[in-house]
Amino acid sequence: MILTRAIGLTLLLLLGMLSPSNAAEADLRAIIAKFATASNFSATEAVVRELAATGDTAVERPLGALAEGDLYVRKADSLVFIGKAAGGSVELLDPLSGEKSGDAAKSEITKIKVNNTLRRAIRDALGTLTLGAKDPAARIAAADTMFRTPDATNIEPLDAAVASETVASVKALLEQARAASVLVSDRSESDKLAAVALIGGRGDRNALSLLTAVEANSEGAVKDAATAAIANINSTLALWDAGQNIWYGISLGSVLLLAAIGLAITFGVMGVINMAHGEMVMLGAYTTFVVQEVIRTSFPGLFDWSLVIALPLAFSVAAFVGLLIERGVIRFLYGRPLETLLATWGVSLILQQAVRTIFGPTNQEVGNPSWMSGSFYIGQLAVTWNRLWILVFALGVFAVLLYVMKRTPWGLQMRAVTANRRMAASMGIRTPWVDALTFALGSGIAGIAGVALSQIDNVSPNLGRGYIIDSFMVVVFGGVGNLWGTLVGAFSLGIVNKFLEPYAGAVLGKIVVLVLIILFIQKRPRGLFALKGRSVEA
Amino acid sequence: MRGSFSTITKMFSAGAVTAGLLMSVPARAADDTIKVGILHSLSGTMAISETTLKDAMLMLIEEQNAKGGLLGKKLEAVVVDPASNWPLFAEKARELISKDKVAAVFGCWTSVSRKSVLPVFSELDNILFYPVQYEGEESERNVFYTGAAPNQQAIPAVDYLMSEDGGSVKRWVLEGTDYVYPRTTNKILEAYLKAKGVAAEDIMVNYTPFGFSDWQTEVAAIKKFGSAGKKTAVVSTVNGDANVPFYKELGNQGIKAEDIPVMAFSVGEEELAGLDTAPLVGHLAAWNYFQSIDTPENAKFIADWHKFIKSDKRTTNDPMEAHYVGFNMWVKAVEKAGTIEPDKVIDAVIGVSVPNLTGGYSTMMPNHHITKPVLIGEIQADGQFETVSQTPGPVMGDEWSDYLADSKDLISDWRAPLSCGNFNVATGKCGGKGTN
Repeated sequence: MILTRAIGLTLLLLLGMLSPSNAAEADLRAIIAKFATASNFSATEAVVRELAATGDTAVERPLGALAEGDLYVRKADSLVFIGKAAGGSVELLDPLSGEKSGDAAKSEITKIKVNNTLRRAIRDALGTLTLGAKDPAARIAAADTMFRTPDATNIEPLDAAVASETVASVKALLEQARAASVLVSDRSESDKLAAVALIGGRGDRNALSLLTAVEANSEGAVKDAATAAIANINSTLALWDAGQNIWYGISLGSVLLLAAIGLAITFGVMGVINMAHGEMVMLGAYTTFVVQEVIRTSFPGLFDWSLVIALPLAFSVAAFVGLLIERGVIRFLYGRPLETLLATWGVSLILQQAVRTIFGPTNQEVGNPSWMSGSFYIGQLAVTWNRLWILVFALGVFAVLLYVMKRTPWGLQMRAVTANRRMAASMGIRTPWVDALTFALGSGIAGIAGVALSQIDNVSPNLGRGYIIDSFMVVVFGGVGNLWGTLVGAFSLGIVNKFLEPYAGAVLGKIVVLVLIILFIQKRPRGLFALKGRSVEA
Repeated sequence: MRGSFSTITKMFSAGAVTAGLLMSVPARAADDTIKVGILHSLSGTMAISETTLKDAMLMLIEEQNAKGGLLGKKLEAVVVDPASNWPLFAEKARELISKDKVAAVFGCWTSVSRKSVLPVFSELDNILFYPVQYEGEESERNVFYTGAAPNQQAIPAVDYLMSEDGGSVKRWVLEGTDYVYPRTTNKILEAYLKAKGVAAEDIMVNYTPFGFSDWQTEVAAIKKFGSAGKKTAVVSTVNGDANVPFYKELGNQGIKAEDIPVMAFSVGEEELAGLDTAPLVGHLAAWNYFQSIDTPENAKFIADWHKFIKSDKRTTNDPMEAHYVGFNMWVKAVEKAGTIEPDKVIDAVIGVSVPNLTGGYSTMMPNHHITKPVLIGEIQADGQFETVSQTPGPVMGDEWSDYLADSKDLISDWRAPLSCGNFNVATGKCGGKGTN
């Protein structure tokens, strides 16, 4: 088998040598073959540089594969292949053409190891090679790489690229990359001053990083210009920092809101001190995990929809467990907050241990759908997609809940029971069922919060523990029994926390917020928006 | 009042029975067995890490019994659950030693739990094998430290980052969870970096609470610190649960390992199991063992583990290897001493040498720390580590750091005649003071 393959390959190689147009390819193959003998990272790096120096765009494939850790050497004949894991074996592809040339067991091949330094070298090499790519996104990536790793030898290819570039935005980036390279070359002072001005106009952190290095390594007018540009960028960035803090605060607030909104019903409206609230969130997160596992094994195409599918399920699971808890434990304890606290604490321990027994104590992997990964920029402000979606989701849940409470007959009954239980009962409302369903609703909302939180936090049996204190804090601060209070409370706590954090640090910041809340509660014991209800009168 | 009290009591007792069934019940005592205590949290915050170690110990004991036990007797595991509650650790340790009369205890994870059981072990004179990397600055007669001391993990990791292979890092972020291990480790690292000529303004130290989940500000601060035109790296002593949101935020904010690598001391295969590692490829960890190590001993260990735990998805990790080494050392020392009496075993363990899983031998030194190789690994897309650097030979654990003013003159040697855990070579007296 190997013999026939070897003969075939030799024939292919011979054919390649016969036709003159493929002479370059044979050269490339000879260089690629050196990967097999490179014994350490610096030797591999030398081969990468040699490949890049050919300037042939065909090396994109093997270099890209190397950066991904997909380049292998076959032990039998020391030939280099791109490997794609397919089940137990590895599919071998030709490093230049990408065509399939056989299979191998994992033990028959050795992976060519890469480290960060090597990956960086490959990225730089690919940057120069992809300058002329058809796809503007590839050219942008190339310009970006070259901007961050300026080199005097880049000026000429960049000049050519700028001249032939048709897209204005890409052209601007290429010019900035050229300017960066000019700054590390021995060009005249006036060229460099123009370059500093161009880069200073970019105004982002990469420009700042570059100019700081320039400032340290140059003299005279260039140094002064760099210093001035740095000061300018810093003052702009300071403004963006404030904007960033507000965004982070809003985003933290949305997480707090999600965690607390179910509690605003069970504790706020019903007055039940529900220590098992966090575990409802955890159940929602585990439901998401189970849904994703089923999708992974049976319907991989649906993965991007996994969260949408998990939402109703998480709501049902948590609501059902909530209903059981209310019917089984809490209904015997109305009006006795201390016993409720202890009993629900016990329930939370039982739920945690049950999940630990079923799923194991370790974290479970819940993946991010593609539309929730990565980030985008508004000016200098990085906005991550998952945080943005969680904010939208939290506000959506809030709006739906508000509608249910204010505009539906069920909501009316719920509020009636809260305001005056005996009167409501006299009017024919079945108060025990309203209690049970309200508790189930609050738990269900906690369950769907778990779906969202599984995207940013660990899915482990302890998930709920981290949110229970914060949730109570938000509800108490916002005013027990008022949904709007929960909203305002969550966002103001989030923003205050994020403004304190850069100055006081995360630990002290949290303490300060806690002290502020205690002081606030001293002044206004019923929170931001006080409401009359059973819990207040009790 | 709508419920009756008896119903509630019934509910509670039902709950208690269920909870009782969920925990492992220690078997009855028998005279022809040697008992081994396992003191790892099976519930609460630390259960995530410690349950695995309990299972690993049960597997090792089962294997030893299959080989014929020890001194002609079968080994019997006594499992207790200190429930991530530090004072409970001390109580359970006392219970293991006084009531169950165990010959040795394998357990603890956090430094605070170890500190909590120390007085119990010295008072009742028993043996603790502690399997987790820790901050050093301690050497007790009754404790054997099979995890890494700072010089077996933190310092080689920083050396690697400073080297050309590691990217010649010039600017450092020391990010940690706010408790004793990160604080002491960072103190040592700061002193070490300054001794290597790193300026104070090139070091940023930051702490976050346990289980921290909102990393936006911290990651943005790292990004900002990294844009000063010098190669920057993060050294992370962030513990346990907080790591997953930390790495998720790094990935989402687009911090790539090629630009700002994160070197972690508490992130192993187990922690990565809860994560999609594709955006994290290239971030680093320093340990003394990786599951990906290609040796026959390790292949056997992994196969045994998968068989024992009945799942081939479960990973192995560094503290498990530490228990493997520690347990074998104890077995060998008991055979050497011919008795399980702690006093004799404590003396016999020193100098014992057993194979580790990375293809070498680990030896117990007179300071109750062991020799082990230091490995630097990069995270791969499959959640495993790939070794990118390895010390040429095993490194000896240094209990008292040479980089802290309080401890640089201290040494530990538990052999007679010195028999001292904190001997001050400057004053020539036993009983120096560490930073803790």
